[in-house]
Amino acid sequence: MTGNLAISATNLTRKFGNILAVDHLNLEIPEACIFGFLGPNGCGKSTTIRMLCGLLTATEGEATVLGIDVARHPEVLKRRIGYMTQRFSLYDDLTALENLRFMGDIYRLDRQTRDDRIALLLERFELEALSNQLAGTMSGGQRQRLALMAVTLHEPDLLFLDEPTSAVDPESRRQFWEFLFDMVDTGTTILVTTHFMDEAERCHGLAILDKGALAASGSPRQMKESLPITVIEIESGHSRAVRDLLLLNSKVVDVAQIGTLLHALVDPGEAEPIRHLQRLLRQSGIKTEMKVVVPNLEDVFVMATHGLMPA
Amino acid sequence: MISGVSISRVWAIAVKEVRHLRRDRLTGGMIAGIPVVMTILFGYAINNDVRGLSAGVVDEANTSASRQLIAATRASQVVDRLSAADSPWELEQLLANNEISIGIHIPADFERRLALGQRPLAQLLVDDSDPIILGAARGLVNLSVAGFQPTESLTTFELLPMFNPERRSAVFIVPGLCGVILTLTMVLFTSIAIVKERERGNLELLITTPVTSLELMVGKIAPYIVIGYIQVTLILLLGVWLFDLPLRGSMVELYLAVGFFVPSVLTLGLIISTIATTQFQAFQLTFVTFLPQLLLSGFMFPFEGMPKAVQYFAEIFPLTHFLRIVRGIVIRDAHLAALTDELWPLLLFFVTGMIFATLRFSKRLD
Ligand SMILES: Nc1ncnc2c1ncn2[C@@H]1O[C@H](COP(=O)(O)OP(=O)(O)O)[C@@H](O)[C@H]1O
Ligand SMILES: [Mg+2]
Repeated sequence: MTGNLAISATNLTRKFGNILAVDHLNLEIPEACIFGFLGPNGCGKSTTIRMLCGLLTATEGEATVLGIDVARHPEVLKRRIGYMTQRFSLYDDLTALENLRFMGDIYRLDRQTRDDRIALLLERFELEALSNQLAGTMSGGQRQRLALMAVTLHEPDLLFLDEPTSAVDPESRRQFWEFLFDMVDTGTTILVTTHFMDEAERCHGLAILDKGALAASGSPRQMKESLPITVIEIESGHSRAVRDLLLLNSKVVDVAQIGTLLHALVDPGEAEPIRHLQRLLRQSGIKTEMKVVVPNLEDVFVMATHGLMPA
Repeated sequence: MISGVSISRVWAIAVKEVRHLRRDRLTGGMIAGIPVVMTILFGYAINNDVRGLSAGVVDEANTSASRQLIAATRASQVVDRLSAADSPWELEQLLANNEISIGIHIPADFERRLALGQRPLAQLLVDDSDPIILGAARGLVNLSVAGFQPTESLTTFELLPMFNPERRSAVFIVPGLCGVILTLTMVLFTSIAIVKERERGNLELLITTPVTSLELMVGKIAPYIVIGYIQVTLILLLGVWLFDLPLRGSMVELYLAVGFFVPSVLTLGLIISTIATTQFQAFQLTFVTFLPQLLLSGFMFPFEGMPKAVQYFAEIFPLTHFLRIVRGIVIRDAHLAALTDELWPLLLFFVTGMIFATLRFSKRLD
């Protein structure tokens, strides 16, 4: 990573009437990396992206994207970015090829460049066979690849991807991310929103958003390591009951169900956390297996959305 | 038995429907707006009793009796602006160029005709490319003059319909229909142009590209100009094949005029497209703008019959001007050069509309 910032935002804020969609967001996203926005629906991910693209005016604060003041020169910026919207926004009644040619022409690629790039991308995304199929009749994964192709044809320096993989099977998701890493290798910066932990894990940098505000940020590893909490993994046949019992205790910050396991987040001030938890369950007679584990991103997320991450 | 009709479900649907209407302010406004505005506008504006036509007069007799006849014509209020012309031939030119609607020709032997009482005293040359004018002129033929008693068979004026003597209605209707059909279809096509992209989510992608508002507007209407030409051609061909429509004037000039008219109606559609937020609203606005054009442009009701204020208002519509052009060229063999007064309002409408739509269209979502 170089020292240059692709995106820097200070106090970026957006209100819709009384709704505070984005709340004084400060961001510094370096060039040539994949940066993730992680957060539940409605936390302001799309709104933030729209402000960074110059589609929405910030109520307060400012943003510099690729060195361009977004509020002042949105049209200059638009030549250098690509934005894959959350909702499929190509034309359902055009074929894949027609959609791609249209986008190429909008970005004023000369015909040769346009057709070469389309051919290359179609091959890379394994869509050659579907190039004459209507976009509206494609599957979720095919549309997603088509949409990504359409916004990368002009080789943008910065790519915004808003929940690109939400309608896509795991295998396609893996492929998709491989392609993103290829792009980063060529110097592209990618800002991607997601609510999948495994995807967030792959990002170089991550911002966890909660109700429009930045709840935590850093690299996934950094965040996991600096988590001011002890995580106890609990295996038990009665997860529900265990969870309810543990949550009554003030030293237990939260108990999250992860698959068949429970992750109890315990105050790091507690010197013997396992013994402490077992004491809490003794009366119920429920049998459990407990061990201290390294926190995962889910734990980070739970902590962040409880407002328990160090600033 | 009507099985399974639950009153509470019907009620739930009805309540939901009312809620939709209340949320959609434009539609809600139209519930009251359409009947009120339309009733007032059309009630006052539409009037088959035409007055105040402009006329040209050639008085070759120039006697006190002939001057009396002219005064009587004016007193009828059917004509009010009288201008003198030198010859019947000049009257025909003025009629063709739409400068007058009626030509009054009083022949040199007027006094003899008056004395003998065997032939009509004078001639009315009528621009019958508008059937309403013909009707109004018919009201003049039995004007009584001192010393002459018009009868059923012997009228004061001999009526000379200039352009459609057989009075075939297709000849009146088809050229105007060109304009009416184009106004409807062109506005319909373009009014949903941008709304559709917004509704389907395409717009969010498009406005993130470097495309400019003007590029988008011009690109949106360009194909429809060609479609407009196709439609005009179809209508005229049908007119000729099925209804023996005589194409009197220059088709090159007509097609040139279409090139002014079609873009102007297309921008009306574009304006609607930047105002409406849903396709349904776009359809409503198309309808609301179409109806006044249909009724006030002079297609269905006489333009001259409307109050002056409404006439000025109707001058805004592209259809008003195109009707005059198309009727002029097709029926009266007028030249476009004589119709420039109808061309620049179309151009003005196009330019203003384009500027308005481009400024209204914002490459932002807020
Ligand atoms: N155009 C809008 N009008 C009103 N509220 C909006 C609008 N767009 C987004 N919001 C609100 O802003 C908040 C953030 O929305 P969004 O950015 O779409 O969240 P996310 O993309 O993280 O799911 C939500 O509460 C949403 O309801
Ligand atoms: Mg979103």
